[in-house]
Amino acid sequence: MKYLIKGVSVLGRPKTDLLIRDGVIQQGDAKGAEVLDGDGLVALPGLVDLHTHLREPGREDAETVESGSRAAALGGYTAVCAMANTSPVADTAGVVEQVYRLGREAGLVDVQPIGAVTVGLAGERLAELGAMATSAAAVRVFSDDGHCVSDPKLMRRALEYVKAFDGVIAQHAEEPRLTEGAQMHEGEVATRLGLTGWPAVAEEATRARAVRLAEHVGPRLHVCHVSTAGSVEVLRHAKARGVRVTAEVTPHHLLLTDERATSYDPVFKVNPPLRTAADVSALRAALKEGVIDIVATDHAPHAVEDKECEWAYARPGMLGLETALSIALSVLGEDWDLIAERMSRAPARIAGLSGHGHDPVPGAPANLTLVDPAARRGGGPGRGAPPRPHPRPPRPAPPPPAVPSTRRSRPPAAATPPTRA
Amino acid sequence: MKHLLSAADLDAATATLVLDTAAEMAGIAGREVKKLPTLRGRTVVNLFYEDSTRTRISFEAAAKRLSADVINFSAKGSSVSKGESLKDTALTLQAMGADAVVIRHPASGAPHRLATWVEGSVLNAGDGTHEHPTQALLDAYTMRSRLGRLAGLKVAVVGDVLHSRVARSNVALLATLGAKVTLVGPPTLIPVDLQTQVSYDLDAVLPDADVVMMLRVQRERMNDSYFPSEREYARRYGLDGPRMRKLPEHAIVMHPGPMNRGMEIAPEVADSARSTIVEQVANGVSVRMAVLYLLLGGKP
Repeated sequence: MKYLIKGVSVLGRPKTDLLIRDGVIQQGDAKGAEVLDGDGLVALPGLVDLHTHLREPGREDAETVESGSRAAALGGYTAVCAMANTSPVADTAGVVEQVYRLGREAGLVDVQPIGAVTVGLAGERLAELGAMATSAAAVRVFSDDGHCVSDPKLMRRALEYVKAFDGVIAQHAEEPRLTEGAQMHEGEVATRLGLTGWPAVAEEATRARAVRLAEHVGPRLHVCHVSTAGSVEVLRHAKARGVRVTAEVTPHHLLLTDERATSYDPVFKVNPPLRTAADVSALRAALKEGVIDIVATDHAPHAVEDKECEWAYARPGMLGLETALSIALSVLGEDWDLIAERMSRAPARIAGLSGHGHDPVPGAPANLTLVDPAARRGGGPGRGAPPRPHPRPPRPAPPPPAVPSTRRSRPPAAATPPTRA
Repeated sequence: MKHLLSAADLDAATATLVLDTAAEMAGIAGREVKKLPTLRGRTVVNLFYEDSTRTRISFEAAAKRLSADVINFSAKGSSVSKGESLKDTALTLQAMGADAVVIRHPASGAPHRLATWVEGSVLNAGDGTHEHPTQALLDAYTMRSRLGRLAGLKVAVVGDVLHSRVARSNVALLATLGAKVTLVGPPTLIPVDLQTQVSYDLDAVLPDADVVMMLRVQRERMNDSYFPSEREYARRYGLDGPRMRKLPEHAIVMHPGPMNRGMEIAPEVADSARSTIVEQVANGVSVRMAVLYLLLGGKP
């Protein structure tokens, strides 16, 4: 099977044709190739999401590997890293292999499972990290995500242990004693709304400790969804000292503030919570500067009944796969090389996905994304992905180029946030 | 005015209209037949997800004095205890033709959510640690009837402001009506960023106060280290006889109830001539009559 993408601009460079054969971008004879019109489109290395919740196994009513893969492909992703907080938890080789296999079966994007750091995300003892690393899923990223490894000794051991297979611990930072009952960012809006605050210091103190631990024992540390200006400062100092730390920010933390909670609509409930305008501008600056390495979605779908209720009873989480690129473009502008770095190359490097994050030039694996620079994908309550089921298209082994959107819609700055409420 | 969700939503003119209407309603309480035909044929549902005696009875009395049909829906022993969602309950009430729903709920913002699901008016009768707007209105009514005005009054709100919906509503409404509020309590119980004057020293505030509003302090708070002991709390922030005597001659003492006698307020103070605690209960009915009347389409 051959494809010829005609007249496409690779990372904003002059127009060219891309020939894809056997999953690799090649030079040579294009005869017999299926032709795709790339006129006006920009080719990027396929986007890689380091932080996706696919909910399967366990909450297939909220999302499945297949439906999440479709959302990812629609958003321009060619690989997603599936978080471990499924039911059962992805804390054994068996579960990560199951998720990996479901991803292969869906066949739309590469689904790379993330393994839990501790058994059952309970924060008590290490899961079999080595077994997950040597399984068919070849797990390299480990995370307890929202549960946070809050025990410093356990965190230290995990950081040390994964050095044996160049693993990385991805840490959600939250000091649990400081966030008991927390509902939203602690500040003026929370006070006015009578919602228990989630103070920035609960994130920043944990980040500082994780960075120091990583510095002490020497492995790689990845920090999940940075949400405060103070965390940016912690990262800036750590990087200046040469600590091997990478960081992600979500599209919603680049776009929205805690004022959104004023509606009490739990669509805006997320963890870490939406912060202040000052935090948003610090995060935007840090992403441009490289203190924050990547955009990761923390795509976290929920069943309708878990959002259509009182704020305090709703589950935290927002959608992101379909809208992340539009938001990143609004923050970074059409700096295609920077977009490629923050959304493809760097996340692929962190996740150890050797087949991803390569610029679409001859010789590279054909994991690429075609973007219409004029298109913007908005979201909003009730504007989720189209309903399932959708017959799986017959497909050659390599994922085809994903076209994030040819539909023109509201620009993200004016859009209500992505959600499947 | 379609709903009453937050005292912060009321402008000065609307709030004053409620207080003036309440004054007219109060006249009815003095009559032998305490009833007006105004809301005959209208249905008011009291939807209470939290135990409450005085607020529920007050709303019930108010609706009945206006001749409305009242349905009491308590979360205990209802479909709610079987796990029904607020939205499904709302749709049920909607189908039964509720013209107004009075809701008390442990989750902040529940009345706001309810208002998006029902066509009738929603009255917030206390939501979590957010607001209790009719309490603020009845407090303002009480201050105005005792002291003759609200503009320029110096009001000290003392105690667990952090967890108090009464305090939030009062801060918002009193600011709108031109009173000057000072929040008093231990720093652990005064929320960050409330745009109001704050003092940690009750004795310093009392000589200059026109109104002292004591808030209920739950004894459980000391288990979460908000303060060391009941005794220390009462000593630093309780209103006892000697402290009361520091107040100016005309000053009044308020409490939304239920009181912890001996904790935030001494019996000597609660039962003194300065205390408006029983008056507040009576005024509550008049104010709730006024709110129901205005929400359900009446004009004075």
